[in-house]
Amino acid sequence: MAAETLTLAKALNNGLRKAMEDDPKVVLMGEDIGKLGGVFRITDGLQKDFGENRVIDTPLAESGIVGTAIGLAIRGYRPVVEIQFDGFVYPAYDQIVSQLAKMHYRSRGKLKLPVVIRIPFGGGIGAVEHHSESPEAYFAHTAGLKVVSCSNPADAYWMIQEAIASDDPIVFMEPKRRYYEKASVDLSVKPGSLFTSAVLREGSDATIVAYGPMVKVALESAAAAEEDGRSIEVIDMRSLSPVDYAPIFASVRKTGRLVVVHEASKNLGIGAEVSARVTEECFYSLEAPVQRVTGYDIPYPASRVEEEFLPDLDRVLDAVDKSFGW
Amino acid sequence: MAEKAKAKAKTGSRSKTGGQPEYVQLLTPEGDRVEHPEYSVSFTDDELRSLYRDLVTVRRLDAEATALQRQGELGLWAGLLGQEAAQVGAGRALRPQDMAFPTYREHGVLYTRGIDPIMPFGLFRGVDQGAWDPNEFKFNMYTIVIGAQTLHAAGYAMGIQNDGAVGDDNGEAVIAFFGDGASSQGDVNESMVFAAAYNSPIVFFCQNNQYAISEPVARQTRVPLYQRAQGFGFPGIRVDGNDVLAVYAVTKAAMDNARRGNGPTMIEAYTYRMAPHTTSDDPTRYRQSAEVEEWKAKDPIARLGAYLNNQGLADETFLADVEKQAGVEAVSLRERVLSLPNPAPESMFDHVYAGGSHHLDAQRAEFVAYEATFEGGAH
Ligand SMILES: Cc1ncc(C[n+]2csc(CCOP(=O)(O)OP(=O)(O)O)c2C)c(N)n1
Repeated sequence: MAAETLTLAKALNNGLRKAMEDDPKVVLMGEDIGKLGGVFRITDGLQKDFGENRVIDTPLAESGIVGTAIGLAIRGYRPVVEIQFDGFVYPAYDQIVSQLAKMHYRSRGKLKLPVVIRIPFGGGIGAVEHHSESPEAYFAHTAGLKVVSCSNPADAYWMIQEAIASDDPIVFMEPKRRYYEKASVDLSVKPGSLFTSAVLREGSDATIVAYGPMVKVALESAAAAEEDGRSIEVIDMRSLSPVDYAPIFASVRKTGRLVVVHEASKNLGIGAEVSARVTEECFYSLEAPVQRVTGYDIPYPASRVEEEFLPDLDRVLDAVDKSFGW
Repeated sequence: MAEKAKAKAKTGSRSKTGGQPEYVQLLTPEGDRVEHPEYSVSFTDDELRSLYRDLVTVRRLDAEATALQRQGELGLWAGLLGQEAAQVGAGRALRPQDMAFPTYREHGVLYTRGIDPIMPFGLFRGVDQGAWDPNEFKFNMYTIVIGAQTLHAAGYAMGIQNDGAVGDDNGEAVIAFFGDGASSQGDVNESMVFAAAYNSPIVFFCQNNQYAISEPVARQTRVPLYQRAQGFGFPGIRVDGNDVLAVYAVTKAAMDNARRGNGPTMIEAYTYRMAPHTTSDDPTRYRQSAEVEEWKAKDPIARLGAYLNNQGLADETFLADVEKQAGVEAVSLRERVLSLPNPAPESMFDHVYAGGSHHLDAQRAEFVAYEATFEGGAH
């Protein structure tokens, strides 16, 4: 009913607004998120409407931001932290990995930490170093954290609300290079379940699994493959930890071929885990080894070569070919 | 409470600055020379003129860089407009043996070290990530992660000390640059703890340009930043960051103090970022133009110009020549930036490890083979 065409950025903004309206304990924290509305304008207008106590411009200290978010959560708040860019989350690493992730466990469930850490992530925007990274595997590797990533405006709108509603700490990875892409968003939609993967395109010959910024590349690759007569199924993981494997296993059992795509480095990336799990569970269905199309195992390179670093349609189709050529 | 702290801090300051705490000033915004009980400079006429030349040149190069970014030739530029005196004053106070640890904005310091101003442009153009040898230039690579370099500086200073390279007038010292926003980072505070613990030969040089992107300095601190030093156990001092003479004098004294083995100093250069934070920023969202106008009246170049003029040290010919030479440097910079070569794609695999990696060698070979499949074709 209430469908609107929104950018992913605006959809997140709407989702945050809705969550703040619904629950007075939701507070936003981060650098430049107040007057400026964040460097990507995700919190645009929210401080004006909800005040400085709920949209908090913090001192410039990421460990401080996440550490105080934990304190606010202990006090009964639901903090939503914005990390300005992926490469600036590391000063907060101890607070996220050793503190936030473990407190529920250490308290034997007595303490809930409903903290959301929003991280604009990934490359492809021609930025200088530290502004294009994909740190999701560090967090997915950490027990006690849940890690999700939206790929489109419609999901962004409800996923951010569900993340805020979650009683577990959530690392919420936002595909920054898709921030300004538009789609129709149903604002009256009831949030779905956050930890589910979604089949975005059905197919019978091979499966491509992706998340965040690479979903679009996966869909474009599937469309291109169709011209070659190949029917590709595309799955958006959405949740990187825990992973909703059922649709992935079902798809691989149907197609027999799997290509996993992400920007992050290959070594011990999300694709490694998906590949291992699919091999464990779908061994007899596989017609070829799982293919991974990823960033290389190097620091994110200078922007003038990032196009070569980042998985694109050609590399995905090449991996599909390899799978068929096995 | 702030009053008490101020009284205790070894500030040596005197000038009143309109409700703000005092700072060291040797040249008023009108270009009048004022005396200070502790700090003075004794520049020759030629030296004064060359200071002026540096200020004008770094501003001109900065404007060129901004233009290059607007024309799509740089991915980003972090400008120094308004901070020329802080950077030229600090940079000129360094001795050749001193080591500097910049943020991403110290193009003026870099210039005064005698380094080719093109050096950081690879980073901003996106063809590399610095790619210079910090030890060759005594100037570390730019650091974008806020505050991280201050710890590197503190460690370098520990090394100087261990090497026995402090203790007299020819000792070595380190200068660590950071911003008012950075002062909140754990790294910056830890670096001060370390420097104090070892009484290291380091000067913490904070350019308080009043903003960390959109956040005014009041979000980071309730006391003037230089007063923080006292809590760490070393002197802090605020200097008029738009007064190149005062910045030079204060920095030189602090560096000499450090090189002689007398430990750290924190300098807060009180200045203003006249331009956007970077070319990606829109300051109209968070600050009033009246404030910018107010600071325009304190322009660092105009005041030295006025002083030179009053002293009869700068005639039309000199001023015209300064402008002309700065323009020549800017044009040369532009041409050389435009011809910076794009890196060969496979070079992204180079230098990940000093000792190489067979895993990466294999990945690189795969990459090269893959790229070869596009030879002559569209990619
Ligand atoms: C750890 C970290 N967090 C966030 C950023 C993004 N960022 C870049 S510059 C900046 C503001 C820095 O302000 P300040 O230290 O005052 O220096 P200035 O840029 O004003 O010279 C921020 C938040 C970053 N580079 N590193």
